[in-house]
Amino acid sequence: MHSHDDDDHSHLTDIEARVRALESLLSEKGYIDSASVDKIVQTYETNIGPQNGAHVVAKAWTNPEFNTWLKNDATAAIHSLGYTSRQGEHMVAVFNSADTHHLVVCTLCSCYPWSVLGLPPTWYKSPPFRSRAVIEPRAVLADFGVEISESITIEVHDSTAEIRYLVIPERPENTNNLGETELAKLVTRDSMIGTAVLDKLSATS
Amino acid sequence: MNGGADLGGMMGFGPVVQEDNEPNFHHVWEERVLGITVALGACGLWNIDQSRFSRESMQPADYMKSSYYQIWLYGITNLLKEHNMISETELESGQPSLPRVAIKRMLLPDDVMPMLMAGGPANRQEQTAATFSVGQQVQTINAHPSTHTRLPRYARDKTGVIKKIHGVHVFPDSSAQGLGDAPTWLYQVSFSATSLWGEDKNARDSVSVDLWQPYLKALT
Repeated sequence: MHSHDDDDHSHLTDIEARVRALESLLSEKGYIDSASVDKIVQTYETNIGPQNGAHVVAKAWTNPEFNTWLKNDATAAIHSLGYTSRQGEHMVAVFNSADTHHLVVCTLCSCYPWSVLGLPPTWYKSPPFRSRAVIEPRAVLADFGVEISESITIEVHDSTAEIRYLVIPERPENTNNLGETELAKLVTRDSMIGTAVLDKLSATS
Repeated sequence: MNGGADLGGMMGFGPVVQEDNEPNFHHVWEERVLGITVALGACGLWNIDQSRFSRESMQPADYMKSSYYQIWLYGITNLLKEHNMISETELESGQPSLPRVAIKRMLLPDDVMPMLMAGGPANRQEQTAATFSVGQQVQTINAHPSTHTRLPRYARDKTGVIKKIHGVHVFPDSSAQGLGDAPTWLYQVSFSATSLWGEDKNARDSVSVDLWQPYLKALT
């Protein structure tokens, strides 16, 4: 196999050549339009990403009515913000608290709330995370530098159906003076999967 | 199926390795595989459960060492071959030879956003009342179908508690075989870490799994 950094198209890797052949055959046969493929890719590169989820979280922190709505019917609450897209059709929000920490995984494939977090990172889709999150969540969290006290309950959510889980992290301390837009900037992707917590430090840095 | 995809509880894969500022795609071909797979959904010749089954049918040793988009490429190529839309000969030669098969529609650029925003809801109209109620103890079945199932191996023949009733959803075990939606009640079932993995686990911890009614029995 050649390096993927190789710009010379005469040295395509096997997989590059295969995908090119596939796309060109499918276009020629009228099964796909390559411009549609471009548009799908572009949408996930630009429009749909963790900024959507961060908006949901910040609103939940600042708007008690929205927070209650999110607890009772996350699908409707999240869709009301315009985040209706695929892999977000059915949503459940799980709220971290002083006594419970939530962690989301899909052991069987890589189900992930695309509508609010975008496409999943490689580690989320890889065997180490998928195999271990359910059996040793604390050790997995340690890989992320997150230590959860033994006295705190860890609830792991295995996304086996079309329900997608969004973790609502705890609002960092010392952020009472911040509004929804500023708060949203503090919310990381990993905190909405449950592999990070938002601490005081990150809030003030 | 007890394939390479059913990873929950396996050991030996090592630590979770993160990449700082990871891009969505590491190679152009990965973008194309994602876009092609999503676009081909509009053809209407298979559903999401058939797509998942196609991917998890990869030889287990290959599955575990392949990247996500390699698995997607395998899955979509498999489906295209099954439907006589592409042959291995065509992929190798780059020359079309199979006759074109009829598709429901080809996804046009202007239809991309409406299609993505509409998604593909899996809930269906309720026809019967749910058998189980929140707080009820249930036992999962012990079954090892060679066909698609979303009951992970680690959660078979275990006792859990109904935590939430999600509604009536398409049943993947039927849908993946092309046998129709067979909609049925979907529940969030919570299992204690100790009941799944043994007494040395933290008794406070739990794993919740979304399970359809046919996977569950009332605990007598």
